[in-house]
Formats: sequence, C-alpha cells, structure tokens
Amino acid sequence: MRFVDEFRDADKAHALAAKIAALCEPGRQYKLMEVCGGHTHTIYKHGLEDYLPESITLVHGPGCPVCVIPMGRVDDAIHLASQPDVIMTSFGDMMRVPGSGGSFFDANAEGTSIRMVYSPLDSLKIARQNPDKQVVFMAIGFETTAPSTAMTMLRASHEGLENFSVFCNHVTIVPAIKAILDSPDLRLDGFIGPGHVSTVIGCRPYEFIAKQYGKPVVVAGFEPLDILQSIYLLMLQLSQGRSEVENQYSRVVPWDGNLVALKAIGETMELRPYFEWRGLGFISHSALKVRDTYASMDAELLFQVPGVRVADPKACQCGEVLKGVLKPWECKVFGTACTPETPIGTCMVSPEGACAAYYNFGRMNRNRVAEVSGTSRS
Amino acid sequence: MTKSWIDEALAQSELGRDGLAAEGRRQLPLADREQQVLDRIDRARRRRPKVREERITMSHGSGGKATHTLIEAVFLDAFRNPLLEPLEDAARLAVGGARIALTTDSYVVSPLFFPGGDIGDLAVNGTVNDLSVAGARPLYLSAGFILEEGFPVADLQRVTDSMRAAAERAGVHVVTGDTKVVQKGKADGCYINTAGVGVIERDVELGVAGAQPGDAIIVSGPIGDHGITIMLARGELDIEADICSDTAPLNGLVAGLLDAVPGVRAMRDATRGGVATILNEIAKAADVGVLAVEDEIPVRPEVRGASELLGIDPMYVACEGRLVAVVPGEDADRAVAALRAHPLGERAAVIGRVRAEQPGIVQLKTAFGGTRIVDLLVGDPLPRIC
Repeated sequence: MRFVDEFRDADKAHALAAKIAALCEPGRQYKLMEVCGGHTHTIYKHGLEDYLPESITLVHGPGCPVCVIPMGRVDDAIHLASQPDVIMTSFGDMMRVPGSGGSFFDANAEGTSIRMVYSPLDSLKIARQNPDKQVVFMAIGFETTAPSTAMTMLRASHEGLENFSVFCNHVTIVPAIKAILDSPDLRLDGFIGPGHVSTVIGCRPYEFIAKQYGKPVVVAGFEPLDILQSIYLLMLQLSQGRSEVENQYSRVVPWDGNLVALKAIGETMELRPYFEWRGLGFISHSALKVRDTYASMDAELLFQVPGVRVADPKACQCGEVLKGVLKPWECKVFGTACTPETPIGTCMVSPEGACAAYYNFGRMNRNRVAEVSGTSRS
Repeated sequence: MTKSWIDEALAQSELGRDGLAAEGRRQLPLADREQQVLDRIDRARRRRPKVREERITMSHGSGGKATHTLIEAVFLDAFRNPLLEPLEDAARLAVGGARIALTTDSYVVSPLFFPGGDIGDLAVNGTVNDLSVAGARPLYLSAGFILEEGFPVADLQRVTDSMRAAAERAGVHVVTGDTKVVQKGKADGCYINTAGVGVIERDVELGVAGAQPGDAIIVSGPIGDHGITIMLARGELDIEADICSDTAPLNGLVAGLLDAVPGVRAMRDATRGGVATILNEIAKAADVGVLAVEDEIPVRPEVRGASELLGIDPMYVACEGRLVAVVPGEDADRAVAALRAHPLGERAAVIGRVRAEQPGIVQLKTAFGGTRIVDLLVGDPLPRIC
C-alpha cells in the first residue's frame, strides 16, 4: 500500500537500528518518552522495541486523550446522557472507558443513548434528524481533535441548530509535558514529540523543553520507521550534547502549525483555569472550555453537571508509570486487579495506554531477546 | 452507581498474590520480579471467567473476550455436558449409528442488504459453514424469522430468494421454519435464526484441542472482507471502497481439503472476532503457542486501507466465507494446494505454526520485523481517534 509500506521497510529498520546502537555510550541508560498515545500504539503494534538496544527504554507518556479523562468527568457525561431527551455522541474509544459506576456501554445497557460517531460533524446530522432531542457531543482529545469540535460548533452556529451542544473535555499537551518535566522524580533524556498535535500547534511550543530543561525533542510521525528515525535523531543530539527541537514529521507538520485550525479553536474555546488529569492530578491552564460567546452550546451550562471528583484508587500507580518512574508491570495492581477488561487506572484504559499496550502486546518482551536470536528467526 | 467493581477487582487481585512479602519481592533481581508479575497475570487469566457486568452490553456480542466470558460463565455453566463442552462450531452427536453434526446461529446484520450479499445468504452460508468445518456434509436447515411490524414484504421476498439460491448452491434444503412478528421498534426489520444438521461420513476427529506443535495454520483466502464491507455499507464512515462480502458456502472447499488431507486436525470458519480470535481459541484449547507471520496473511489492499484509516486490525475483522485449518506440518503444502484448487480458496496460505513454547499465547511476527502478542479483543474493534 502506497504511503504506508515505505514506512514499514524491515531492511531500513535494521540499518537504522544499527546506527542507533552505535550511538549508545557503554554503560549509559537512556529513557525517551513518546508523548503521544498514537506512538505507543505503533511501537507495540509493530514490535518496534525489538529493534532497540537494551540501554534504551521508551517511556509511554500522557498523550492518550481517553486515558487522561478523570472518572468524575465520565460520570458527568453519563449523567448528562441520562437526562430526558438527550442523545450523546462520542468517539468509539471513549465507549469502554469506565467511570466510577461503569462505562458508556454499561450506561447504554441501563437505557442511555450514547452513540458512536466517527467525526463530530456526524453529531449535527443526528441533531437535524432528531429536532425534539438534545444532542450533546462528548468532546475529548488534544489539539488534534479540538479543531474538528470547533468547526462543528461553527457549522452548528451557522446553520442555527438549537439542539446541539458540546461537553468539552479538550486538553492541551504542553502543560502536561511541563508538569512531567517539573516533577522531582523525573528521569527522562528526551522526548519523541506528538506528531498529530503538532500539525495544529506546530513545533515552536516545545522550544522551552530544549532551552529551559535541556532535553531534546523530535516531533515524529506515526509509522514505525518515523519513530525509529526520531529515536536516532534524539540519540544523535544526546551524543553530540545538543538539545534542540527537530521536526522528523515535516511531510505533515509545519513549523508554525495550522493557523486556520488554531483560529477556529480560539474562536469557540478558551483555557480553563485548571483541569484534572487522571494520573497527573490538577494542572493549571491545561484544558479548554466552550467560550462564553458560544454559551448556548455549552452542555455544562445547559444542564446541571454534578462535577463530583472521583479519586483514582490508592493502589493505582498511573502517575508514576506516566512519568517513567515505574514500568507498567511494576505497578501493584497491574495485570491482576487492573486489566484491559476492568481497567482501574488511566494507563490500562485505552489500547494506547502504556499498561494496556504492555498487557496486550508486550508481555513477551522478556523472552524476546532469546527468541529473536533463536527459533523464530528461522 | 456504585464503586463496587473497583473494590471487587482489588480484592480479587489480593487473592491472586504470591505468598511473598513486599520486601522479599524487592530483593529479587529485576528480571525475576517482572517474570513473577507475568506469571501472576497468567494465573489470573486462567482463572474461571466471571461476568462482572450487571447487564448485557454490546461487547458481549462481539465475539471477543466478553463473549467468551459470557458463554463460559452463563451458558456453559447452565447447560454443561460433554457434547457442548468443546465449544466447537457444531456439536457432534451419535444417533442410531450415524454421526450427526448440529448447529444453530442467529443473524442480526445491519444493513440487511450489502455489497456481495444480504442477511438471507448469510443465514444459509453461516450455518452450512459451521457444519462443514465440523467435518459434516450439510443436509437440512431450519429457518426462524423475527419480523418487525412495518417490514416491507418485498424485502422479505428478496431475503427468501437469496436464501433459496444459497441453499441450492450449498446443496441443502430448508425443511422447517417459524415466523414471529414483533411491534415496531422491538426489532430491526428482520432477524433470522437458522439451525442445521449434517452427517459426518468421514472418519475424522476434528477439534482445535487437537492442535500439536509443528502443525501448520492455514487460512483459505483474504481476510476481513465481510466485516469491512458491512462497516462501509452502514454509510457512517464516508469511505468508499470496491469490496464486497465474502459470504459463501464452504462445504465444497472443505470436502476438497479433507479428500487431500484426511489428517486435518481442526477447522473453524473465521466469523465474529476474525482470524485472531480463532488463533487464540487454538492456543487456549490445545494449550500450545501459536506464531503467525503478518507478511503471510492475505489481506486485500482495500481492506488494509480501510482498516488503516479506521485504526482497526484486519485480524479481528469478520469473514463469512473463510476458514482457518490446522494441519500436520508435513501436510501443509498438500492442504494449500487442495484449497487453491477450489475457486473459494485461490489465495489460501500458511499463515503460521503451532509450537510448544508459550502455551496459550498467540504471537505475531510483524511485517516490520518485530513481534507482538495477538490477544482476544475485549469487545468489538473500536475506531481510534488518534
């Protein structure tokens, strides 16, 4: 398949792997964080860690938009969906995320109508078809999906649709990265920057990571060779003592971002003073709410939202996993109480979460070395 | 809304703990501690399944983990008997000296009509295939219809026409039936249940539990066609592609395979849950490892493209005219040749091997050159947003 297979060439991967290994200083351990859940997914789906030397560890960051939604917000969404005459629309991967009393799927079994949509614009179709119902879009995601929510609001406003609103849970990536950088137990050497977010915000917002914190950043694409190349670029910076922001994904990411998308976000949404992230706690100016000028589309104003905070169970150590202090399997509840079927913490929630990815795809990592050199190569 | 599921899960995990004190664990070398955790997970996975949900959710119908749990914890628990227990596609019965296969399946596909077929084809072919992969010659079918008030009679005739055509193609007869009508809104147009009986004339003992290390795993053609066709036919994706459902009766294909390789160990038709689910069923039932090779798995470019766009894996997408066969390693070439000799098996291929290592686990050697686990999905494959 064109534009896909070129980026999955095993021969090129072997060549890159050799170059990466050559850059490793003997005795030094490297911890690189891929910020974005999409990268985590690629890494596990293609078995990319098989190409990395033992001394490089990939730490799976906070960039899985479904994972970082706190349970209280899921409860709020289900509460909204249970109001009379409400149809809620949501992205597919939100459907299984548990609140304190269950997931959207469970809520539907209890009688709510939460429908899966592939684009926020589909919510408008549903709103037009059901003029006697209120259609609430459960908006989640980083700057990647915020523009599509913004465009949907602009379209609804243009059409004069009165039965559409947004339950806004959009979050922004930079404050989360900053929170991780500021945590005292940080042990990271560099960042694989989020590719899709950067198509919107560009590369400039990461410059503080390189300048103030002295950590290299390489904005990366989502195919396995993209990620391997980005790791190579990070290792090159580290070996030369540089810390810069580089753009590996320049075929998609403009250095200054997408101004049209940013303008649409700015028109319809504004920063919240603070927002709770699962696993990371409250982070100031890290999320978006519907702007006052669009108050008629803000589900939080149109309906009573309980807004009860639900703390993650104490045993859950997602925060440490997100910061790279613990590996998924080192968490006390990993794989027993907390599994993909019954995820307790954020990292197990979506297939992009670090723990879910490790549980589903990576459990054999330990046997990997022996195996790749032994039987399975034949 | 209670918080009980969390407490319960935590209590469960305490039960599964090793006797070691926390300090003792900490003194172990890192690698051993990781292995210990992995062993604990393995034990947790082998524990008797329990349905945690208070109500049925859509996940219970997906063919993945939730479905397996429901079947084992509710249905198998209620009806347990030696004929049901293997959980094969059809039950094998001895009746008056003859060996009979019996199966049933319900069809609730939406939309009812899609490129390559309709609910009528599916209802006949699906049941014919469940009998065929049990090694039986399909003979007779029943057909039960649940119709929604307001359903157009013309549509019903279209469905029964394709059922007749499919039955003729497969050489079976619909010999008994039932009709129920429910109020508008209580069903989605038309649901069909078919049951089928067939006779097992060959001296075969098929069953995924019989898979042995060294066996080859074969798929009879490109995977995922049906599932992707249905997803696109629902019209929610705004993706157009030139693909159609692979719905077809497999009895001819199976007969050709069994003629050439009487020692076939097991066959399954890869419906809900796709090929990945069958590989997991093999690994679990026979307590063996499975190593599949991504490069060898036939997938049409259209299906791959749509799957890439949606962020789902074709290995989990349903087929309606593909089978997975386990054959002794030395018979692999003969089996592939026999399948390829039939029009429905032209692109048959060996996609992996059964092995002794890592029992219960399906691993995939990715096209990129890495390896990963292919587990059962919890529920339906859901599109990812980023």
